[in-house]
This record gives sequence, structure tokens and C-alpha cells, in this order.
Amino acid sequence: MGLKIILDKCTGCSLCIKACPFDALRIVDKKAVVSEEACTLCGVCVETCKFEAMELERETVETDEFDDNRGVWIFVQTHEDKVHHVTLELVGEGRKLANELGTELCCMVLGNGKDAVIDELSVYDINRIYSIKDAKLKRYRTAPYVEAAAHLIKKYKPEIFLIGATTTGRDFAGGLATVLETGLTADCTDLAVELETRSLLQTRPAFGGNIMATIKSSKHRPQMATVRPKVFAMPEKVEKHDIEIVTAKYSISEKTERTDILEWIPSEEGVNLADANIIVSGGRGIGKPENFALLQELADLLGGAVGASRAAVDAEWIDYSHQVGQTGRTVRPNIYIACGISGAVQHLAGMKTSDVIIAINKDPDAPIFNVATYGYVGDVLEIVKKMITELKRRQGKS
Amino acid sequence: MKIVVCVKQVPDTMDVRIDPETNTLIREGVPSILNPFDEYAIEEGLKLREQHGGTVTVITMGPPQADDVLRTALGMGADDVVLISDRAFAGSDTLATSYTLSKAIEKIGDVDIVITGKQAIDGDTAQVGPGISSRLDFTQLTYVSKIENIDTGTGEIIVERLLDGGRERLKANLPALLTVVKGINVPRKPSILKMKKARNVEIPIWGAGEIDADPDNLGQKGSPTWVEKIFSPEQKTRGEMIEGEIDEVSVRIADIVMKSM
Repeated sequence: MGLKIILDKCTGCSLCIKACPFDALRIVDKKAVVSEEACTLCGVCVETCKFEAMELERETVETDEFDDNRGVWIFVQTHEDKVHHVTLELVGEGRKLANELGTELCCMVLGNGKDAVIDELSVYDINRIYSIKDAKLKRYRTAPYVEAAAHLIKKYKPEIFLIGATTTGRDFAGGLATVLETGLTADCTDLAVELETRSLLQTRPAFGGNIMATIKSSKHRPQMATVRPKVFAMPEKVEKHDIEIVTAKYSISEKTERTDILEWIPSEEGVNLADANIIVSGGRGIGKPENFALLQELADLLGGAVGASRAAVDAEWIDYSHQVGQTGRTVRPNIYIACGISGAVQHLAGMKTSDVIIAINKDPDAPIFNVATYGYVGDVLEIVKKMITELKRRQGKS
Repeated sequence: MKIVVCVKQVPDTMDVRIDPETNTLIREGVPSILNPFDEYAIEEGLKLREQHGGTVTVITMGPPQADDVLRTALGMGADDVVLISDRAFAGSDTLATSYTLSKAIEKIGDVDIVITGKQAIDGDTAQVGPGISSRLDFTQLTYVSKIENIDTGTGEIIVERLLDGGRERLKANLPALLTVVKGINVPRKPSILKMKKARNVEIPIWGAGEIDADPDNLGQKGSPTWVEKIFSPEQKTRGEMIEGEIDEVSVRIADIVMKSM
């Protein structure tokens, strides 16, 4: 098992050496040789080789092992008894997967008296809700939620469990997958089903989005994946109906109360980056820190959020919570307006999958123009000021 | 206070890109780097030592060349370092990785606090920290933007976490595992003198035997996920460049925005 190099086919062309992100290949006596220690079995070399000289061997899955596991489950994330939109986006995608697998779509609701939540879910095409009610689950905390979720999953055996990749979801998923000793793939941008094996095909970007990888975890159940907000669309609503609710009798152990929430300090801006449909983002090209106020004004008029490049954050022009990019947040808004941002690879990694990118920069060679849907070479501040005037005029009229 | 920091050596992703002609991945043989978020973790460990006394041990799981990041850690002021390396670890996904690192931390023993960066910039999963926390039965504290206080007498820790939509202040008890975000501190540069010493240090290497690992939980065997396929993403190409008088342009952009909403 592992990477096999078919020596008769290998011509020693070295294309794979250049491609390997982990430096695991060498040419020895005109043939490729792999260092087993460095090789991560990522498969890039297999894709790269023009002579089909690389093969990745894997064990095949026994599909009867999981006859007991059925159902696609979605974790319901809530904030003050309102369902987070990422949960609903996953309900939509989950419904498609469940239909293909010929199984049910269910939601996991953890909490204490979530009637408002159940009500909100009742206009979506969901077959069943599994829940545990316990005072310790009142607000999300890692340990009680992981314990409750693990109990429900072990008892009712879903085959797939999807969680929104919010800070809450990512805090929750890693610990849960470890307790269940199952596979977890983070930040999927596409999900599909391989029917014969009931495998979930989990596709996600890697290396800052420069390559896409499809991951499988079909030797374990449930197959877990997290998906970022706004990757999938909101589903259609259906006629309000009573969803069957299965409430497990379970009380969370005392020792699981490991943390105490002292305070929640919401961020001052109305819209946060992860949820925003529109982001107006600023880089050093906006000139000075005070100009972020202009971008905020534009964002407010559009009902969006303000983002920033690493350069602007490092220069202390704006707080780190606004940073978009590899060491900041990854965002997928409908519209990303990049103001005075040059477009370093690490920044692009955080925003290039936005639907529409509008770039404004005075440098015609700025790399941001290579990914922008629309670009304008010119004075950022002038454009922003005029857009504010124009939008105010339009909004004044309507 | 016994502090362990887990770090990772990662490919410098800015130089991993697709060759547009051959449509294959190319990497320009640039040296690998210390995962940026782990730099903040090392610094936070050093600050805790300055405040409360104790030791900072920095560990990494990786191939032999990963010792580089441990030398950087020594250069910053870490007390000890260990390289967790073995052919048996090849092909590890996050579950196998958290198992391996947990066994190493267990071997170190009596650890009060484990600190790691929020995620590695190659995998971007943010799963290993929570995995280790779960296995060691430590309190899990992710996205930590500030350690407000640690009471070494009671073992109580108060942190601030940077989450979607705001900040959460949380009180918990040690032992704990923290994953930290950028902005929690400003990492010190390694000192020239310490780096000089670090170059000559013989770094201990722990393999599967030393950490008493169950081979079924290691490497590919211990990894429930695997990469089935790699392909290039849809390449974004240069779009439309707008030209004209600034007034027209701003109206045009406003139109585009309103239409796309």
C-alpha cells in the first residue's frame, strides 16, 4: 500500500519532482524514487505524470460493514435560539445527498427547550430531529456538546454528519471526530455521493486554493465534513409540517462542565465577515488608516462588512478581526470589492472564490486584476467617494 | 508550569501554484517554513514562562528536515525540543497526527498547558489541536486571542476567544490545550546567539517505539481519511477592465454591485 512507481514507464523526466509539495521525490539512476517518510500520499504526482508511471494503492472498502448506518444528519447551530444560516444551507445540500442515497435527512438539535428552533426548521424538508435536552447545553460549549453529540451518533448511527465550518463548528467537529474515531474533512466546497459504496466524496481546496483535493473516509461511520457558510445556497422552503422529534434521555456528566462563559462581546460592526454578502476591503493603497471610515460608510450603504489586507492590519490601520487572507479569514461573499489591495497570493487565498470581484488599484500590474471579474486602474478614494454619493442618491430616491 | 508547544513545518504555499501551460502543480524548491500561527504559540508559551516560571518544550511531528523549525524555537528561547519522526507516521491524517502527538505529550508527562497555532496553512483543517485535547482529556480552548489570567494555585485560566461575530470570555481549569490566533502577541525574533547554539544542538528524535504507540493508530493505517483525487481548480482569468471618466466609472461599478446583489 502506498505510492508505487512503475519503473518501466518512468522516463526520469522530473515533472513529478517539481510537482511534489512535500519534496518527497528524487531521481536516482534516471528513475523516480519516493521517500516514504516525506510522502503524504496526496496524489499530486499521479496527476502530474504524463507516462502513467505513478500509482497510489489503497485497500477497497467492504460496504456491508455499515448496513446499520443510515441517514444524513446536520448539526443545528444556533445563536440565541435562531438557526444559523449555514445550518439551513447544509439542510439544502443534505437533502440532495439523502435523496441520492435513498435515506433520511435529519437534524441534531442540542439544547434546552428549543421550540423556536424546531419551529424555524419546520418549513424545510427534514425527516426527523434528534435531540438531547439538558441545562448544560443551554449555550454552546465544547465538552457538553461533544458528549451529547457522540451519544446520539453512537445510538442512532447516521452515515453522514455535516457541520457548518464556523468557529463554533470547527471547535466542535475536531473533538467529536476524535471521540468517534472517524474521518473528518474540513472546509468542503463540494459534496457528492458514490452510490455503490455509500461514500461521501468530499472536495476541498488545499495549498491556499491552488489545488483541489477530493477526500474519502468510507471505512468509517459517520463520514464527517464541515462546510463554510455561503458555499451552498439556501434551500427552498416547504409547507410547514410537524417534524418527528426523537429526544434521547441522557444527562451530561458533572465533570463535563469544564468551562464557564463569562461574557459575550459582540463585535461593533453589524455584519461580520463570515456572513457578509458584500465585503468592501482595503489595503495599503487606500493611503491612510482614516480612510477605512470611508470604506465602512460604503459597506454600510451596501449592507456589507469591511475587510482588510494583511499589510493594512500589520500597519495597525485596522483590527486583525477584519483581515482577509491565509493568516486571516477566508471569505466567500457574492461581491468582494478590493480597494487599494495589490493581491498577494496569501490574500487571494482568502477571497478568490467570491462570486464577483471588483478591484480598484492605481497599479495596472497589480496581481489582483488577474482574479478580478471587473477591474479599474485609478484613484481608489475618488471612486469610493463617488460611489458613496451615487448610492446615497439612489437610496434617497427609492 | 510545564508548557508544551506543538508546531509544524509547512510548505511555503505562496510558491505552490499551477503551471498554466501544463496544468500541473509546480513548486519552486523553496525552503519550508514554520507554520505562521505556531510562531504565536511559541511566543505565548515563552511569555507564560516569563510570568509563571517553568519550562517550554516545543515538539513537532514530521520528516527529519522538520528539525529546522525546532532550531528556530530554540533560537526564540525554548528550553527543550523533540522531533517526533518515524517512517511509520507517513500518510497520517489529522486523527493519526493527534494520536501521535498525544502519545508524545503523555511521555513528556505532567503537562499543564499545550499551546498550538489555530491551524496549519497547508491543511487548514484546525483539527489536530482539538484532537489532542480530546485524547488527553484537557480543556479545549480554541481561537484564543488573549490569556487574561492564570491562577497557578487554583489552576484556573481565563481567556478571550476571537469567534465569528465577537469575542467570548471563558473561564476554565488547567490542564488545557489552547489554539491561538494571530494578534495574541508579537513573536520575538530568534536571538543570534541562541540560533548559533541551536545549530549545534543534537535534537532528540522519538519514533513509534519511544512514544509507546499502537501501530494500528499510526500513519495510513490510523487515518480514516485519504486523498482520492487531486485536480486543478477552475482558473480565474482576468476579467473586464473598466475605462472611462471617473463619474461614469463609479456609476458603472455601482450598477454592477446592485445587479449582483
